[in-house]
Amino acid sequence: MRAFAPTLADKRLLPQGGTRLTPWLIGVLMFVAVLVGAAGLAIANAAATVARGAEQRWSIQLPGGGGQALAAAAAARQANGVAAVRPVPDEQVRGLLRRWLGDEAAGADLPVPALIDVELRPGANGEDLRRRVLAAAPDVSIQPFSEQLGPMLRGLRTLQGLTFTLLVLLAAAIAAAVMLATRGAYDTHRSTVAVLHGIGATDEQLAALFQQRMAREALVGGSAGAILALTLVLLMLAALDSGTAVAVGGSPLRPLDLVMLGVLPLATGLLALLVARVTVLTALRADP
Amino acid sequence: MPENRVREQGWVKVSGTDAIVEFDSVGLRYGTGAEILKDLDFRLVRGGFTYLTGASGAGKTSLLKLLYLAQRPTRGRIRLFGEELSHAPRTAMPAYRRRIGVVFQDFRLVRHLSAFDNVALPLRIAGRPEREIAVSVRELLDWVGLADRSAAHPPTLSGGEQQRVAIARAVVGHPELLVADEPTGNVDSDMAKRLLHLFERLNELGTTVLVATHDVSLIAATKGAQLMRLDGGELVDPTGMLRHPPSPARAAS
Repeated sequence: MRAFAPTLADKRLLPQGGTRLTPWLIGVLMFVAVLVGAAGLAIANAAATVARGAEQRWSIQLPGGGGQALAAAAAARQANGVAAVRPVPDEQVRGLLRRWLGDEAAGADLPVPALIDVELRPGANGEDLRRRVLAAAPDVSIQPFSEQLGPMLRGLRTLQGLTFTLLVLLAAAIAAAVMLATRGAYDTHRSTVAVLHGIGATDEQLAALFQQRMAREALVGGSAGAILALTLVLLMLAALDSGTAVAVGGSPLRPLDLVMLGVLPLATGLLALLVARVTVLTALRADP
Repeated sequence: MPENRVREQGWVKVSGTDAIVEFDSVGLRYGTGAEILKDLDFRLVRGGFTYLTGASGAGKTSLLKLLYLAQRPTRGRIRLFGEELSHAPRTAMPAYRRRIGVVFQDFRLVRHLSAFDNVALPLRIAGRPEREIAVSVRELLDWVGLADRSAAHPPTLSGGEQQRVAIARAVVGHPELLVADEPTGNVDSDMAKRLLHLFERLNELGTTVLVATHDVSLIAATKGAQLMRLDGGELVDPTGMLRHPPSPARAAS
């Protein structure tokens, strides 16, 4: 048997009815979803960039000043996987401290630790570096940046989880809106459904009429909301590019991220199709 | 078509065992209410023409609902087309419903569809090609005298016109079983005769026809039709032919 093909005539089986609020509602939800998604992806990218840099960078801190600095730096250079060793100039360290201590940090009588930045090659784990540096200078403190940045990374990942939760909630809201709209449409066209059912339409054929409509409305509303939100995101990215916020290196969103956000209306259409189908099939189960 | 069916002088001959409908101790109640139909036992022979009569509230419409599979019995056994359907899975029902044409008492036309599209519904559901649909629907609309009203929507049609559209929709798919609930209730006597002729013609072509009606003249005008009467939900068999229908039923009349 041929499926109930959605020809023009078939489409007329369910005329437009109700308030047509569904596309608007889905449009608003999609607008928010795209913005939340963009924020989530930007946070994920920032966290990944920070984590990636932090894993490869180590910091050697010499509490007594520069006495052991040469030995520590030499040991670091001999360690496996080390790409670069860079003693941090004293002025730079004092400049960092000035933020906390004010101009007193510049005084020569304030004991300031010496710092050495070490950059590892990708894949190197830093254990050989730690062993060699501690052997050469037992009093130094050596640790990866990731340990220092741990709290910040945890904060970023919490935010990322929050945005993901928000996206799930928005998807649930869209599903609920589609379910209510489908039930409304089903009730409105119950007499038509009864006639079609009585003359041999299958549950799948009837569900197809509603799911096509709901998918179409979700796609239209979702696309409009997504286009508006993506426009806003692109404007913000342009502003960031020309401004200051390149803190995490490069644009906060990659082209692939924008593609993923652009696919959200399609996913919403699919979600609406499935929800409408399940809603109608469940309602039809009450019939003999 | 069953192989044991032969045509003779325009009437369909069937063997006595070829029942298209079999009711065995069928009862029906809605919810926890009293039984609407009680212990119905009868068979409709394939190719037969049967009238169902009874006072209002006797259970005619409920019996028809069981026949066109809009309702399941609360007890007993119903066999349609040789299959036990009382407890058949609901996914199996659409295929059987497509073999049944139904003329509802309240027409049940889809208000926002034209007369043409209403009549075309069973064929579209069955997935027939649009070209074939157009030919069949135009032929039927012509037959019921509505060729010039094919684009009209039900609210703009008179009661009689709506009834004719409903009849055209019921028969357009050449159903094996046609069930009609007061099909001539809203038409004048000329149109009633015309519709009866349509039913008879379908019956000649092999469709088993069951018509619920109060119209005595209609019953009298159909040669050889069987008659069953419902009284208080129980079946009265005035001809005594329902349980053991004659063979060949129509040819002998």
